[in-house]
Amino acid sequence: MMKYEPEIRRFIAEKYLFGDDQELKSEASLLDGGIIDSTGVLELISYLEEHFKIKVEDDELVPENLDTIASICAFLSRKTA
Amino acid sequence: MCGIAGIFDAGAGGRITVANLAPMVRALEHRGPDQKGFYLDKDVGLGHSRLSIIDLTSGAQPIHNEDETIWIVLNGEIYNYPELRRRLETKGHHFYTNTDTEVIVHLYEEKGPGCVDEFNGQFAFGIWDANKKTLFLARDHFGICPLYYAEHGGFFLFASEIKSLVASKLIPPPALNPRALDQVFTFWTTLPGVTVFDHIEELKPGHSFTINAYERQLRKYWDIPYCPPGSYWPDHPRETSEQIMDLLMDATRIRLRADVPVGSYLSGGLDSSGITALISRHFNKHVQTFGVRFEEQEFDEGGYQKEMAAFLQVDHHELSARNALIAESFPEVVWHCETPVLRTAPVPMYLLSRFVHEQGIKVVCTGEGADEVFGGYDIFREALVRQFVLRRPDSPRRARLFERLYPQIFRTAREKKSYREFMLHDSAGIREPFFSHLVRWNNTARIKQFFSKNMRMELKDYSATDELSRMLPADFEQRDTLSRAQYLEDKLFLSNYLLTSQGDRMAMANSVEIRPPYLDFRIIDFMSRVSPRWKILGLDEKHILKKTFGPVLPPSITKRTKHPYRAPIQRVFVGRLRTDGFMDVLSERKIRDTGIFDPEKVGRLFKKLDSGSSTSETEGMALSGIISTQLLYGQYVLGYVEPKAADIKWDIQVDKRVG
Repeated sequence: MMKYEPEIRRFIAEKYLFGDDQELKSEASLLDGGIIDSTGVLELISYLEEHFKIKVEDDELVPENLDTIASICAFLSRKTA
Repeated sequence: MCGIAGIFDAGAGGRITVANLAPMVRALEHRGPDQKGFYLDKDVGLGHSRLSIIDLTSGAQPIHNEDETIWIVLNGEIYNYPELRRRLETKGHHFYTNTDTEVIVHLYEEKGPGCVDEFNGQFAFGIWDANKKTLFLARDHFGICPLYYAEHGGFFLFASEIKSLVASKLIPPPALNPRALDQVFTFWTTLPGVTVFDHIEELKPGHSFTINAYERQLRKYWDIPYCPPGSYWPDHPRETSEQIMDLLMDATRIRLRADVPVGSYLSGGLDSSGITALISRHFNKHVQTFGVRFEEQEFDEGGYQKEMAAFLQVDHHELSARNALIAESFPEVVWHCETPVLRTAPVPMYLLSRFVHEQGIKVVCTGEGADEVFGGYDIFREALVRQFVLRRPDSPRRARLFERLYPQIFRTAREKKSYREFMLHDSAGIREPFFSHLVRWNNTARIKQFFSKNMRMELKDYSATDELSRMLPADFEQRDTLSRAQYLEDKLFLSNYLLTSQGDRMAMANSVEIRPPYLDFRIIDFMSRVSPRWKILGLDEKHILKKTFGPVLPPSITKRTKHPYRAPIQRVFVGRLRTDGFMDVLSERKIRDTGIFDPEKVGRLFKKLDSGSSTSETEGMALSGIISTQLLYGQYVLGYVEPKAADIKWDIQVDKRVG
């Protein structure tokens, strides 16, 4: 399991899946899977900023950084490095 | 309008009694409190509850032809009845009332089922042709008036509302159908012809149905026209808007035909302001207008209503749809809608019609249909922008157009950027037939994560969109993006949601008839030949209609940004789900027993609501959808409770069972 994965998983499970994250693969697209929509992603960003004390720049607001649990973890690792 | 009901005995006959018809008519009391009537013979029973609007003294139904071999029950209006009547009289037909209803009977004598081709109106009717022992049903072009049917034990039953069929006790107790629920939780409504109840069907708009002992013949007499580019009018917007003005004037004029005063809804938007302006300028200076106000500014359009009322000097009345009132009325509204609703938006319409009824008004003109016909919805603009951007996805300038779509929702630079990125990411390709709607449907379908395991198993690989694909016209994929989007919106949203849950049901619940001039089929036929580029010019939605009303409305109304009609969800339900009316259907046990939703997930959603943290658009739809489904289950499936009503006093009684 990647660093940060448990926290990210918990957040997504609580916020978007209402507790049911067992089938969610860390490489699965959150957008294509209909888990997060364009307003949901703003909530995700607020959470990342507050919880991990990072600042997400506007040009980092791209699906490549935020579309899967794995990409979110990788993005976080880069930001907190 | 009125309520209609009927039973046809396809067997040997002689089984139908007044006791079968009475509960069906009683269940429609709200649709027609003024008069009741029935016709009964060995093979058929027809029942009617009347809201008197035309010919108050002698218009009670059922109504018959000269030799009493043809009988009709009608819900609705045939607006071109004076013209049709004159023609029929010259052919020697004798009338005994001054109603539009009687015109149908004689035109049916002349043309049989083909009579429907001549009507301009909103209607659902049942005709009993005693000579042919045949029942003939028909429903208007768009489905402004409802009509349902069911068949069981040799009986064929029809009625204006499902509750009337259930009240007959001649069909099995109702059960909710998983596939139909899947449709509602994808499209906001069931597909045409489908209801959420097993074995109960809807007669589709623009269809007629012939029923006798030997056959069932369903006939489509009208469909939303599609014209390929080669057949567009050559005119420019100016001439087009002049012709639209002529058509709208006439559509409004004939919709004011009534022997009671006709009011008008005034929301403050372009559509209802335009119709109200035509009425007050040309037909009735003192028209009474009605509008809804909301507690929260985000939803409220009171300022525009006041401005229009002052501008037109009409007698405007406001109804305040407070959140507590919306919550309190929600169960009653679900009872009338007869389907789960993913929005609370029907409720204010219900409150408004109650208010209209209290002011002694029975009929109102409304702006329904303008967005569909003239291209007003955001989803149309969204589809056009996505199409434009996806042709050159690498162009940053093109992508910025996304920011112009929803300026009220995505306000900050960050929100705009995020929205843009995710619209670009969207995977629905331009060639996809549901290109315009897939983003919305996929978003709505996220609510299905609340379905229980059993429900998911039952549905297995069922796909509501696949089923819809099979219903599309053969040339659908060749049509332009706007025409495809308009078709989907007309077929799904307009008929089964807007005209039902926000239209007929909410008005008739309080004995009020709505008349939407924009849905005069002459206007739709005309607009189908207007090039899509004029309908939405650049990003200017309803361009033709704005041009049409330019000379009669203040610029602050024609130029304002579209404000979609919405009602609050979160603030309506927060803290109120443990009150009477909700508590008994929303407990964990009740949700488990109902079996449709996962009680744990629903529990977490309710907890989230009560924690005060804000809910997303999808969560709002989930709340409304889950609560209304649970209510509906309690009201119709667990035990249908017949509304308390006194014994019927019949104004018309025709019993031909003997001799």
